Amino acid sequence: MSSSKPAPVGKAIDRGGFDLSAFKLGGWKYPAFWLAIGLILIGGFIPVFTGSNSWRETMFLILMAVSLASSLNIILGYTGYVSFGHIVFFGLGGYVGLYLITAHGWSLWTAALMGGLAAGTLALLLGKAILHLRGAYFALATIGVNEAVRTFINNFDLFGGAVGLEINFLVYKDYGGPATMQWLTYWAVFGLTLFIVVLSYGIKFSRFGLGLLSIREDEDAAMVLGVRTPSAKTWAYVLSAIVPGILGVIFFFRNSSIAPQEAFRLHRSIELIVMVMLGGQGTVLGPLVGATTYEALRSFLLTSPLFKDLQLAFAGLLLLLIVLFVPTGIVGWLRSRYRKLWRVLE
Amino acid sequence: MSQDNGVLLQLRNVTKEFGGLTAVSDVTFDLPQGQVLGLIGPNGAGKTTLFNCINGVFPVTRGQIIFRGVDMTGWKPYDVVSLGLARTHQIVRPLQELTVLENVVAGSCYGHEQRSLSQAEEIALEVLEFLHLAERRDQLAASLNVAQKKRLEMARALAARPYLLLLDEVLAGLNPTEIAEMVQVVLRIREQGVTILIIEHVMHALMNVSDRVIVLDHGELIAEGLPGEIVNDPKVIEAYLGDPALAEKLMSGG
Ligand SMILES: Nc1ncnc2c1ncn2[C@@H]1O[C@H](COP(=O)(O)OP(=O)(O)O)[C@@H](O)[C@H]1O
Ligand SMILES: [Mg+2]
Repeated sequence: MSSSKPAPVGKAIDRGGFDLSAFKLGGWKYPAFWLAIGLILIGGFIPVFTGSNSWRETMFLILMAVSLASSLNIILGYTGYVSFGHIVFFGLGGYVGLYLITAHGWSLWTAALMGGLAAGTLALLLGKAILHLRGAYFALATIGVNEAVRTFINNFDLFGGAVGLEINFLVYKDYGGPATMQWLTYWAVFGLTLFIVVLSYGIKFSRFGLGLLSIREDEDAAMVLGVRTPSAKTWAYVLSAIVPGILGVIFFFRNSSIAPQEAFRLHRSIELIVMVMLGGQGTVLGPLVGATTYEALRSFLLTSPLFKDLQLAFAGLLLLLIVLFVPTGIVGWLRSRYRKLWRVLE
Repeated sequence: MSQDNGVLLQLRNVTKEFGGLTAVSDVTFDLPQGQVLGLIGPNGAGKTTLFNCINGVFPVTRGQIIFRGVDMTGWKPYDVVSLGLARTHQIVRPLQELTVLENVVAGSCYGHEQRSLSQAEEIALEVLEFLHLAERRDQLAASLNVAQKKRLEMARALAARPYLLLLDEVLAGLNPTEIAEMVQVVLRIREQGVTILIIEHVMHALMNVSDRVIVLDHGELIAEGLPGEIVNDPKVIEAYLGDPALAEKLMSGG
């Protein structure tokens, strides 16, 4: 509190960005980190141990759901902004990637990076345009963005308009044929899942992450504490968009085609929110637990003819029940129920 | 109070209008480095609004705010913080779902010194000790009682190690023992050379801590002087007549 010490006069440089250096508040020393990594490793290697293709397909979907939900968690759980149309980043990434692959012969990997870049860029632009909106207004705006992008692409000839884009099967030859390609893309999603979970951790226990959590708790108070809220929110949004963008390219490449109604399904956006809320928003383990549980439930329901057409109704009902009875989700509930586990279930 | 008699904060004709309502009207004063300036006035006089103008929560309608020689009129709150100004809120605003320690670390690492997390944690622990909150460091802020939340509000502001501290009714809602403790805290902050602008209704407490007092009524600065002069100023007494309870507090201080 020495007022004699000189401090820089004028606006200080903006260090609200990526200062992931110090982890004294928590971080790597907590078992939660290793628990999350362990769970993903075990789940991720199941298809290898069983050698089963159907396990691989199941785990592909689960890992993809985990990484999408974990990405969403950065803006939804850490920052407190409900991105209702988050799937727009997945769809846009997929389109940009497939366009580069089909029209320009790019490799999957560079195309995937470009998909992530495109999604990140869209988030950056949106950050300036809609992140000043609060609460329901922001959520509504993100739905609007999803619909606008879908409508635009529906009429955009370069991206195949309403028909979409299709991958020539011969392209898979470069990846060792369709069978090997399926394993390759599986490993890619596995790696991305590990990456987003480590990133989630890094953010949560960084100075930047503390700023995001402060925004979630009370944005005006955060501003008064010195958090540069506009740039912090924008970076959170960008970080939450990049992995979905990359995943979109991998998913639709594997799928061999992309079309507007598949790429921008609002339905999928809602499911992602359900996953994050079910597991526990704002925790690193939450999206992992939520996405796995939800995907397991869904594949169970899909086999039942009664529920097959009621998926969305089911997701909605589940969301309602969570909000009413366990607003902090499974992980949040366990944390408050067993206080000793507070730091284990981060 | 201070060796350095430079002016830390200057307000020049600061006016804030909300639609047709003028909440702060043409307020001008200087706050010298190292002084404690009391700000009093009846409820609705515009005190909190004046704080909100100084730290950038509200843009001013007219006028100028100069802090440490820098004209910061129109700056955002986080830019104002970067010059070394911190404040507390009259209605406490803890980051509920974060721990007490995390709240204070946020204050420190986003304060003007831009501390890293580990340095911020050291400072935060020191400040928590100072405010008798150390043993509650791992509790969620939501679980604190009002008096503790007031101290947390103070701890968060102090952890920023500001040159100027704005305190908005930190004694309101506290019992006499808690008031006495908080007054000690303010006195010790003052000893460390931090300049303070303090809004307070508890007059005897304000008399103990402030070097000078200014009085706001209907947004206008109606009096300025030593604490002893202020409580006997007929203009001030008149301003308070509409509110017998507050007048009582004012008189009991004199
Ligand atoms: N955000 C706002 N919008 C409109 N009017 C406001 C706002 N904030 C304060 N006011 C009005 O400004 C006047 C001064 O309020 P305030 O500064 O809170 O008084 P004090 O802190 O002295 O009790 C009151 O009439 C209040 O209703
Ligand atoms: Mg007030």
